[in-house]
Amino acid sequence: MTQPKVYAQPNLITPNRPVIIDPEVCTGCNLCVEICPSDVYIPNPQKGKPPIILYPEECWYCGCCLMECPLHDKGANKLNWPLMQRMRWKRKETGEHFRFGMPNPPPPNKRPMV
Amino acid sequence: MEDNQNSLTFQEPIEWPYPIRYGEETRVNVDVLVLGGGLSGCFAAINAARKGLKVAVVDKSPIVHSGAAGSGVDHWMDCPSNPASKVDPEEFTLEPVRKYKGGYANVIANYITARDSWDALCELEQMGMKIRDTDDVFKGAPFRDEATKLLFAYDYETRTCIRIWGTGMKPSLHKECKRLGVQLYERIMVTSLLTEGGRPGGRVVGATGVHTRTGEFFVFRAKASVLCMATPERLWIFSSEWTGLVGRDGPPANAGNGHAMAWRAGAEFARMESSSHEEWGGSTGIGAVLFGTGSNFATWYPCTIVDAEGKEVPWVDREGNPIHTLEERTKPGPGQKFLTLVLGGGEGKAESMPHLIPDLPERIRKGEFKLPLYADLPGMPEYERRVIFGLMVGQEGHTWPVYRNLTEAGFDPDKDQLQVYEIGAAPPGWRRLRYGGLVVDWDLRSNLEGLYAGGQSIFDGIGVAHASSTGRWAGRSAAAYAQEAPEPIIDEKQVNREKTRIYAPIQRPDGINWKELQAGIAKVMQDYCGDTKTEELMALGLKTLEEIREGESRTLFARTPHELMRALEVLDILTCCEMIIHASRARKASNSWLHFERLDFPQDDPPEWRKWVTLRLEGEEVRVGELALDYHGDIKKNYETHKKE
Repeated sequence: MTQPKVYAQPNLITPNRPVIIDPEVCTGCNLCVEICPSDVYIPNPQKGKPPIILYPEECWYCGCCLMECPLHDKGANKLNWPLMQRMRWKRKETGEHFRFGMPNPPPPNKRPMV
Repeated sequence: MEDNQNSLTFQEPIEWPYPIRYGEETRVNVDVLVLGGGLSGCFAAINAARKGLKVAVVDKSPIVHSGAAGSGVDHWMDCPSNPASKVDPEEFTLEPVRKYKGGYANVIANYITARDSWDALCELEQMGMKIRDTDDVFKGAPFRDEATKLLFAYDYETRTCIRIWGTGMKPSLHKECKRLGVQLYERIMVTSLLTEGGRPGGRVVGATGVHTRTGEFFVFRAKASVLCMATPERLWIFSSEWTGLVGRDGPPANAGNGHAMAWRAGAEFARMESSSHEEWGGSTGIGAVLFGTGSNFATWYPCTIVDAEGKEVPWVDREGNPIHTLEERTKPGPGQKFLTLVLGGGEGKAESMPHLIPDLPERIRKGEFKLPLYADLPGMPEYERRVIFGLMVGQEGHTWPVYRNLTEAGFDPDKDQLQVYEIGAAPPGWRRLRYGGLVVDWDLRSNLEGLYAGGQSIFDGIGVAHASSTGRWAGRSAAAYAQEAPEPIIDEKQVNREKTRIYAPIQRPDGINWKELQAGIAKVMQDYCGDTKTEELMALGLKTLEEIREGESRTLFARTPHELMRALEVLDILTCCEMIIHASRARKASNSWLHFERLDFPQDDPPEWRKWVTLRLEGEEVRVGELALDYHGDIKKNYETHKKE
């Protein structure tokens, strides 16, 4: 087995991934960088790449960056609630339990907002 | 595995992406300067600009989504002036103040809101925000007024609170500001008010600011200024490892900058001694996602709550009498004229709305109800289920992602009960400032010439209808003053002193960082100005804060303009904490209306202390004063006299 290159790094901030960005969909337009009320993002030094979340601990999980993202519906980004904030629910008829973030989740409910 | 820069693992340092301009100056000259561009700030700016004046708004965040309602809001309270309302604005204002606030309320702001909030909402509609069920989704629902297509919340009979599509609120206001030529200065933190002759207590003639990305310095000169910033958050609790810098209802930007700068300029404050536990259990980042878990209040009102075995938790009316039907939750009970949710009401006193049985925790302990509890959306009628999880969840602040994330994860309100986390087994509560702010007169002017206030800058200011109505009123008052006011003159010495102050942290190579300073200050508040207070304890707390101000905070350092913003915020938080302890020492009586307990003065609300304790800085001295609770006078007469078209 080839050993990986290992760097000395300080501990990460927790939680540290408030938004998950899909680099395949995101075009690096940086609109989210300009929208974020807490200014948690910075543009990626490489043009066209997803922005960097430099201050994840300052994220308020308000979702404004997702609301304004032109590619949100195509899956460019997703609000990633931290593990300690993932809620459970129960199907009334069957008593079956679910949790946000569970493995093998039920199929999405496609009904749009009013 | 590929490097993922989201995970903050950088093999090489990244150069700061914005130009650095520490100390470089931009000068701006306007008639009316609005400090803070949330709801109240935008309404102030728009109303001043309509008078043909030159107006600027300054905000730390981009105005399209800045402020506490930046990501949305789902209901517009305090609107007895709407066409379907059955409540008189005067009664709407005075009755809850007597019954639920013991007279400790800002009646001026409340009455302006009651009279004007419908007009403010109509302005929002004209700007493009949706306020009516024009698609007839809820046709025939008991909360819908068929003539106006307005949807009401809480009290379906007397109709003073309107359900709205509030994610469009800030974008609409932003667009209108731009249309009217309001100059928008975004990503700029206002750091101080400038006064005539550089003298605290003098006429306010502008403000200074620093750009949060470049560090550039701004000097704003204005004939009139309107302070529209929020009350400070994160005073009693802070950990950077909880979410959102531990502000659940207020964004991380809410650091009391407006309060601190107004204090230094000599403005008068009231209600700063009032703080309480967060009413919904946890305002902390360890609490649940806001309105993203099952509940029966605010956005989720009047949702049925059931226990683990499906047994319904009973409700009582606001007087504590048992009620049995869903309908009874949404109309006044016998002998009640109207229902309205009173925010910031007396803790431990009567609740203003029907609610779950107050002895639920004991009854859970006795085994009558089994944990966990669930919000029973499937058990609600379709119109209620759809309006709660479909309209309200989706439009309230933070909840656009709640709707998206939960439905994407398969949650279906027709079939699923969402778990309740904050009833019966709430996470630890921490104190939060209960709406201390500037004392204002009927023009919403502070004690300082040229300084007006809207929204949470005003004492006892809370809610979107309040923020919008008072911002609108303050903007008009400021415009009227600016039209007559002499040219303002900036004191350059004051500007230079501020420059020296704000750039100190970037000149220190190391020392204490903003997070440690913030956590330390919060601990002082917990230890010395917490649930129970005594003179000795608070004197020691103030001494500790003074030591920190003279000691550790003089080693505060910042490596980027962003860190500089956070560092300056914490210095303002320190100032706000000092104000709170001064105010708490000045009120030598317990007061449960203000959630204020003094061990050394245990009598609750004695007659000689039924007044506002006011505070302002004069030179280095804190001046304590007092103000009658009914200083508002004849509300109808004063409203008419001071109203400006």
